[in-house]
Amino acid sequence: MTTNISFILNGVELSYEIKDHWTLSHLLREEMGLIGTKEGCGNGECGACTVIVDKLAVNSCLYLAIEVEGKTVETIEGLSSTEGSLHPIQQSFVDNGGIQCGFCSPGMIMSSKALLDENPDADREEIKHALAGNICRCTGYIQIFESVEAVKGMGGQNE
Amino acid sequence: MSKKNSEFSVVGKRIPKLDAAQKAMGRAEYIQDIKVPGMLYGRILYSKYASAKIIKIDISKAVALPGVHTVLPGEDVPEKMKMGFYKDNPPIKKDKVCSFRDEVAAVAAINPEIAKKALDLIEIEYEEQIGIFDPEKAMEKDAPLVHEHTKSNVLKLPWNIHYGDVDKGEKESAFVVEDRFTTTGVTHCCMGTSGALALFDATENLTVYTNTQIPSLAQKDFLETLKVLGLKNKRVRVIKPIIGGGFGSKLDTYAYEHVAILLAYKCRKPVKIVFDRVEEFKATSTRQPTVTYIKQGCDKNGKLTFRDIRMVLDNGAYTSWGATTPTVMMMPISSLYRVKNVRYDAKCVYTNNTYSQAMRGYGNPQATFAIESNIDMLAEEAGIDPIEFRRINQNVPNETTPQDFKITTCGLAECINEVEKELKSGTAKEKGVGVGMASLIHVGGGARIYKSDGCGAILKMDDYGKVDIFTGGTDMGQGMDNITAQIVAEELGLSAEDINVVHTDTDICPWDVGAHASRSTFVAGNAALGAAKKVKQKIQEFASKFFDVPAKEIQFKDKLVFVPGDQEKSMPIDKLLRKAHFSQNGTMLMADYFYDPDNESFRKDFKCNLSATYTFGVHGVKVKVDEETGKVEVLDYIAAHDVGQAINPLLLEGQVYGGVLMGLGYALTEEVVQKNGENMNANFRDYKLFTAKDAVNIKAPVFETADEAGPFGAKGIGEPGCVPTAPAVANAVYDAVGVRIKDLPITPEKVLAALKEKNG
Repeated sequence: MTTNISFILNGVELSYEIKDHWTLSHLLREEMGLIGTKEGCGNGECGACTVIVDKLAVNSCLYLAIEVEGKTVETIEGLSSTEGSLHPIQQSFVDNGGIQCGFCSPGMIMSSKALLDENPDADREEIKHALAGNICRCTGYIQIFESVEAVKGMGGQNE
Repeated sequence: MSKKNSEFSVVGKRIPKLDAAQKAMGRAEYIQDIKVPGMLYGRILYSKYASAKIIKIDISKAVALPGVHTVLPGEDVPEKMKMGFYKDNPPIKKDKVCSFRDEVAAVAAINPEIAKKALDLIEIEYEEQIGIFDPEKAMEKDAPLVHEHTKSNVLKLPWNIHYGDVDKGEKESAFVVEDRFTTTGVTHCCMGTSGALALFDATENLTVYTNTQIPSLAQKDFLETLKVLGLKNKRVRVIKPIIGGGFGSKLDTYAYEHVAILLAYKCRKPVKIVFDRVEEFKATSTRQPTVTYIKQGCDKNGKLTFRDIRMVLDNGAYTSWGATTPTVMMMPISSLYRVKNVRYDAKCVYTNNTYSQAMRGYGNPQATFAIESNIDMLAEEAGIDPIEFRRINQNVPNETTPQDFKITTCGLAECINEVEKELKSGTAKEKGVGVGMASLIHVGGGARIYKSDGCGAILKMDDYGKVDIFTGGTDMGQGMDNITAQIVAEELGLSAEDINVVHTDTDICPWDVGAHASRSTFVAGNAALGAAKKVKQKIQEFASKFFDVPAKEIQFKDKLVFVPGDQEKSMPIDKLLRKAHFSQNGTMLMADYFYDPDNESFRKDFKCNLSATYTFGVHGVKVKVDEETGKVEVLDYIAAHDVGQAINPLLLEGQVYGGVLMGLGYALTEEVVQKNGENMNANFRDYKLFTAKDAVNIKAPVFETADEAGPFGAKGIGEPGCVPTAPAVANAVYDAVGVRIKDLPITPEKVLAALKEKNG
């Protein structure tokens, strides 16, 4: 079964013919070539595939593509400006050592953005809670928390 | 080398990881992301039994499935193809399986779904056999043999040492404590799963994109595979894309890499195999599970008199580098603290479990767990405060250990003091709260495991003052790229952004033994420094004629080449470089350098100076134990290390934080649960990693002892973070509630059972 869906992806309206069983991560990665969204487990356990759908951070490996009909999807590719400058959250992860191997980073950054969009002054406990579904094996999380804390109050601006 | 941090321009600075921006933008390409035209998807079928004979295999239905290009059963794999240094592991098994992880067939198809479906259509008839899963039982005389052609399940490996006289040492002891400790298999959990893409060109030269920490050694393994296929005199190019973590998991070549090559050759098409997460858990190797019998003694003043250790390692069904970890275990056993009489005997034993491999620390965490838990017990027996006990026995600079390790710089004393300060601060002892500590020694200046411990580097400068350095070193997220760039920039008066670090492509980069043994900063760093010095000298010679001063007077800073005190004699480096070759009889400014550290291979008695310098550290932890549930909560953690010189404190802290949390998982939560050889927790729900919610406050003070052998004084720090973590926690749990857990991980169940036993 195929279905034509319309949605907004990183600020651009588009329609796309999809197979009904496709996950959103499949649509993004395999069909559209948006490889920034990583898949670390395919079971919603690691958070590497996190994208934002209508302001909510979701595991795109569990989210069916057909469900984004009429919705707004943000991926890591949509965060940096068209001039190439990094979003403040991305820049902060770079500056504060929040990135080592980098495989969890896009998902980690998207979860952080969803948190700061909703709660710009999130404290350490709230950050820990928001990132609990994003596994990182490299950093011990400390520099990730510091990365998020360094941009508190700025997350809502998607310039 | 005794420069202070304030005198450096680039070294010692918190410069963000050079590839972090592209990773933050989602532009970094991992093996998962790479596609080439005409690429097929390979997939491997694994055994249904831990031990069985293969009676019959029928691939006809799989072959007939539309979209399938080829099916590869074991019988189609040349007999001679065996993996691992012990050569006991064919990439696909033909007659017999010895573990659930055994590969029994592989397919290549036009997409992953069809490949998966094809595996379901392969019919195999097995005859199940009795397996053996406990390494100590596998050593017994009538135990079933994992490999019938061997006389015993015990591998023929010579892991034993005896320095001094242990029996005499024991007789002279005032206090002796002995016990048994066990550690379990844990796994690396790289966030990017394993994968490889193999492609042959028109003349049958091979390129392999693969997740590896050993590009040059992998090239050698793949060349052997080609040879077995009858492809002689061919070239192999190994390219490592950006990888989602290493931690030792990629120190060998694996079935999936060789199978991708076999499939690609059979189909004459590019074939990519990428593991899914379940496969990553089931078909990659664990840290070696160990059983350790330890006995240590001291005199009435607390001075160690002897250390006697016997160890059994679960090798699993096949042999990879895991079986050589006793060579690293010898290091803490012979050289952590000053103890003259030392004996160690290790047996690696085949079982029908998954085979073990290298993992961050390479045996050191297992050995240190037994030693440092037992040291606390001995200190208590002797009635000496555990911190004081360690101080009495601490290693000191400029000393040779019983194994002939030549300790040069050693900041163990400083680390002990720092941890003591931290542990003794705070309020009076609360109920259920305790503190513990443990120390570490690790190789900090490479390790001569192979005949060479070298690394090559080629450096060229362009017309614009930029540097391309082609290094043998491998970055896997740990920051080898930054360390290289910062060292080169410091030497040439440039900034880190001016340095492009090209690594892990065997067509372009020089040879190196791999990213292991915490050696990249030290060895790849010294290689880069050597190349930079050569280029610097060439520039000085050129500028000397230009400025008409002796070459050695010419200095480099802020992208300028200048003679101090003479403002006329100063020129931007890019301008000078252009002058160097835009002239008759011009010259290009390039250099190559091969650095092989001044360390030694093991002699027959395993004595040698294994590393050019050693890294020391002390970890301290404060825990709270819930006596109702047995749960151990880590309240605070301090990991103090002597690192020689921090080239980049931001990345160094990242190595320590990450290592400590990995060590805490080892101590408290992580375990690959194998029931009769079958992995029972192949997912992140049941394999318990520390998540962001469980993250711990960690302090990571460093002591800079400026080691003369290190690049700008630096020693390696990649592995130490996870080395003494488990015993520090075990000691803290004992301090908190008076029960000693000797079997990792320290789960609530074990703590509760021990409390119950203690309280009656």
